[in-house]
Amino acid sequence: MKLKQLESLLGSLEQFSTPKIELEQYPTGAHIASRMLYTAENSFEDVNSKVVADFGCGCGTLGLAAGLLGAESVIGLDIDAESLEIAYANANELELDMDFIQCDIKNLKWRGQIVETVVMNPPFGTRRKGADMDFLSSAMKVASQAVYSLHKTTTREHVKRAALRDYNARSAEVICELRYDVPQLYKFHKKKEVDIAVDLWRFVPQRKQERSL
Amino acid sequence: MRLLTHNMLSSNIKGVANRFPLKIEVVKVVEKEVDFNIDFLKNMFHKVEWKALAEASRTMGYTELPETADATMLDSDDFLHKFHHALLELHLEEGALVCPETGRKFPVNKGIPNMLLHEDEV
Repeated sequence: MKLKQLESLLGSLEQFSTPKIELEQYPTGAHIASRMLYTAENSFEDVNSKVVADFGCGCGTLGLAAGLLGAESVIGLDIDAESLEIAYANANELELDMDFIQCDIKNLKWRGQIVETVVMNPPFGTRRKGADMDFLSSAMKVASQAVYSLHKTTTREHVKRAALRDYNARSAEVICELRYDVPQLYKFHKKKEVDIAVDLWRFVPQRKQERSL
Repeated sequence: MRLLTHNMLSSNIKGVANRFPLKIEVVKVVEKEVDFNIDFLKNMFHKVEWKALAEASRTMGYTELPETADATMLDSDDFLHKFHHALLELHLEEGALVCPETGRKFPVNKGIPNMLLHEDEV
């Protein structure tokens, strides 16, 4: 599938109708989502025929992008039932089979190494400090091959240090810097639209024999 | 929820030692056809907990998987098709997942397990 085609399919997906600020729900735009998954597949072969998990999937954009690029199985996890309903409808719309689990990422317990790749657009940790790192920590325990994640560029040094020192990353690389358009979703947003610089990261976990969270 | 997903989900209640596998209570199972991918199955065979998969598929009404399995069986097309069906095509649509230690139930509605914990379980 071509990048343009992927972006256009993702652009047709339904997004949050009433986003919840306490969960830092911001839609992952089709532009970013398509580039993220396209790179994961075409530069690193981390998607096609793989088991992919989308952490904090929201309306399912990243996970569905993985499905469109040929992931064998995609699992979307989110704490919010309303988001999962939208994601479920989006999956049906694209005629993709995606499993969903309602759970709190930081309390996740998974066994084994079935999931190869985790993709996520975690909360930036602005409203609840550390939320972004909780996601990264869980993702690094679950993925056997790679973790793709978006983090604010201002946190780059911190993310790199934490990944290598605390979360057992073999490597932590910024693949590219993107502009994340945050539309005026919430009342406290004073400007109509704000651009935030975000890094697209690829983390590779250490190989382990048998792991469980 | 497919049994591939069930094969990694564990009870996430604090302080529980015996977390896996979650027992399944079935209200409704649906089947959805998926393309057969032999390389994927061969790769997954080494990662799944066979006993949990065989038992779960039986609970879901599919009795074709053997109790035990080893890698030599991967040469059999018949075996691979059964493995494929159990792993990817059976969905628990309505029912519950049950913590093997405490018996706490995690409801499954519209195919989505709710693994959220109460405050005293975190």
